[in-house]
Amino acid sequence: MTAVTAFLALLGVGLVAYALLAGADFGAGLWDLLAGGDVSGAPARARIEHSIGPVWEANHVWLIFVITLFWTGFPPAFAAFASTLYIPLTLVAFGIIARGSAFAFRKASTELWQQRLFGAAFALSSVVTPFFLGAIAGALASGRVPPGIAKGDVVHSWWNPTGVLAGLLALVTTSYLAAVYLTRDAERDGEREVAEQFRRRGLISGVVAGVLALVGPFVLFADAPHFAERLTGNGFPELVASAVFGIASLVLLWRRRYVAVRVTAALAVASIILGWGLAQYPYLLPGLTAQQAAADPAVLRAALAALSVGAVLLIPSLAWLFVLFQRGVHPPVPATRGGAPPGSLTGGGRPPG
Amino acid sequence: MVLIVLAQTGAAPADLVAARSQMAFSLGWHIVVACLGVGMPAITMLAEWRGMRTRDPLYTRLAHTWARAMGVLFAVGAVSGTILSFEMGLLWPGLMGRFGDVIGLPFAAEGIAFFIEAIFLGIYLYGWDRLSPRVHLLSGVPVVVAGVASAFFVVTANAWMNQPTGFTLAPDGRAVHVHPWSAMFNPATPAQTVHMILAAFMVAGFLMASVYAVGMLRGRRDRYHRVGFLLPFAVAAAITPVQLVVGDWAARVVADRQPVKLAAMEGLYETGTSVPLHLGGLYLDDRLRYAVPIPYALSLLAHLNPHAEVQGLAAVPPDERPPVNMVHLAFQVMVGCGFFLLALGAWAAVTWRRRRDLPSTRWFLRAGAVSGVLAVVALECGWITTEVGRQPWIVYWILRTADAVNPAPGIGLGFFAVLVVYTVLTVASVYVLRRLAGRDPDEPETGIPVPAAPQEGSPLRADA
Repeated sequence: MTAVTAFLALLGVGLVAYALLAGADFGAGLWDLLAGGDVSGAPARARIEHSIGPVWEANHVWLIFVITLFWTGFPPAFAAFASTLYIPLTLVAFGIIARGSAFAFRKASTELWQQRLFGAAFALSSVVTPFFLGAIAGALASGRVPPGIAKGDVVHSWWNPTGVLAGLLALVTTSYLAAVYLTRDAERDGEREVAEQFRRRGLISGVVAGVLALVGPFVLFADAPHFAERLTGNGFPELVASAVFGIASLVLLWRRRYVAVRVTAALAVASIILGWGLAQYPYLLPGLTAQQAAADPAVLRAALAALSVGAVLLIPSLAWLFVLFQRGVHPPVPATRGGAPPGSLTGGGRPPG
Repeated sequence: MVLIVLAQTGAAPADLVAARSQMAFSLGWHIVVACLGVGMPAITMLAEWRGMRTRDPLYTRLAHTWARAMGVLFAVGAVSGTILSFEMGLLWPGLMGRFGDVIGLPFAAEGIAFFIEAIFLGIYLYGWDRLSPRVHLLSGVPVVVAGVASAFFVVTANAWMNQPTGFTLAPDGRAVHVHPWSAMFNPATPAQTVHMILAAFMVAGFLMASVYAVGMLRGRRDRYHRVGFLLPFAVAAAITPVQLVVGDWAARVVADRQPVKLAAMEGLYETGTSVPLHLGGLYLDDRLRYAVPIPYALSLLAHLNPHAEVQGLAAVPPDERPPVNMVHLAFQVMVGCGFFLLALGAWAAVTWRRRRDLPSTRWFLRAGAVSGVLAVVALECGWITTEVGRQPWIVYWILRTADAVNPAPGIGLGFFAVLVVYTVLTVASVYVLRRLAGRDPDEPETGIPVPAAPQEGSPLRADA
């Protein structure tokens, strides 16, 4: 494997990790929006808050990782991408700002009107951001971002059938992932009703995702025939895999196999992203291959070396983070420090005063 | 590798101004929160550690309060930092397309450091009741180390823009034969990174202290407020004298390596020997007017020799000179704030040595209350000095800012959008942080975990 392929693979890993982890955090925002009134929606909102609170920032870092690796590895492609797609990128950035800060502000607020205000900002931006991220992917996939600085149409490159389809697909799959993850989290902490609620939502969003996946090829063949051909050529195995995992997930969710469905749902989404990547390979942009756009080999090698060292530090840390907060709410150490009683849903983040 | 012509069509001058303002505004906003992100965890852990050692619950309470504020600030810092990584590309594609790989290594490393910071901050903030006190305290160590490392890596990339090394320029304008390590450890790196990291601790310390100084001025003279002031103040005040030495070092690196920037900082037009240092003044028609000269001081400070030659702005054509007044003023304000903070720390140190107490006059508290603001002013002015002082270059002597900007139509509107978004963000952040600071942890009410979402049974809960 050359340094360029290794770098591409790493970008792919980062993108998949971002979609599976941060994507689900965005999806949780949609469910927060649809949770219902202040009283009836409270258990679901508490569950969402409790599940994503400790991890969303670490999950978010995958995006920064992907962006910086993109410009490090393939500078001219990045310059073309960022300059042509500056509108959706700016909107994504604003969505990220609103989502992250409103989530933190809501946690720190005590009054109902504030929690409503920040909650609404958190939920709405969680819906908007994945849509534009998807539209960006659609712009790249449909070959509407030419090489060179700001050479593409700043609006129609992403506002087109493929972009909208990809945006909707991103929105639906992230909410589907969120529902699947939250079902298991709620079940583990003994919140049966909340688990049932998210199971229903998972089934509904799973079916919607399936419908979009069926409609998708028609849109692609009409709007971006070149990409559609490559997707059904190079990317065909991944499309099949995604369909199989998607159907399996629905069955598992129906039969309440909440741990297994996490794996299959994640694999279904990962397969779509991998399929997109394989369909484009070896082109990053029309007429510009990864090899042509690649940075100086010395840079690729140095960055790969730094990332390898980083991975040695990162992987155990990430594992600890997820294990620590997936272990259920009963603290392993007697709660001598006061504060949240075991079983309290909202106490996790509040250091006792 | 195919040759990609990155010729610029050029953006409208108004768009360039808007793009620069957008970058300046979002970076100037982020830099404050980022400094708190670097400095606050260490000071919070210091309180937590003191609490464990002395078994004094007061320190633990302070640590809890600060950790809460850190949670809000880190979230805001993480997202306002993300927009910067976007802006690097969408505002300055001419820079990233040609040199993205040269400065890629520090950003890859920064990505790792930031990742570790986010992971352990999640553990630290949410792990109070899941970890033993010792393990909890230790979980903060990676936050501090990674925070400092992040600051280091990001500033090396900025230092490279001041001192671009580690590559050869090909005829088509692309950087070839890149040596990423020597780009990262360029001549501007050592002084600039140390200066920035110390600044982060000063900003965090003085800002945290100033919150409690305001509280004491309002009559809350209890021990909680005194310790809340003293601990961060002591950290920041201890760093201040070191920062003055490092700042002097940084200025001498600029004198050697970026003489035009130094000339702008000092408002010096003609190259000369035995040059005086000028305090204040306005630069008009290539002359610094109304300034107070200190004979030989600039030659002495810049080159450690009272008769040394110092290059003036006249050495380069007018279109290669930065805007002098802004750079000169920013530099002077930064140094002025630094000396004020040094004096404040010295005052506190003297009374502390004499009678183990802070100065009792209200003037000390007033000065303490503004110390946080002044530290932020110094930070912003220092950043203006280095960034505006490098203009018209985005990469010193290699790439003009005007040639790096995104020529896409409508790019200038981004500035106004950013202005609106950040205004809302600022208002909300200040409001939420004020509420956190105002909540008295002595009251049992606030010791109860605040429900994140309204709880069933108490839908109208409103504990103002």
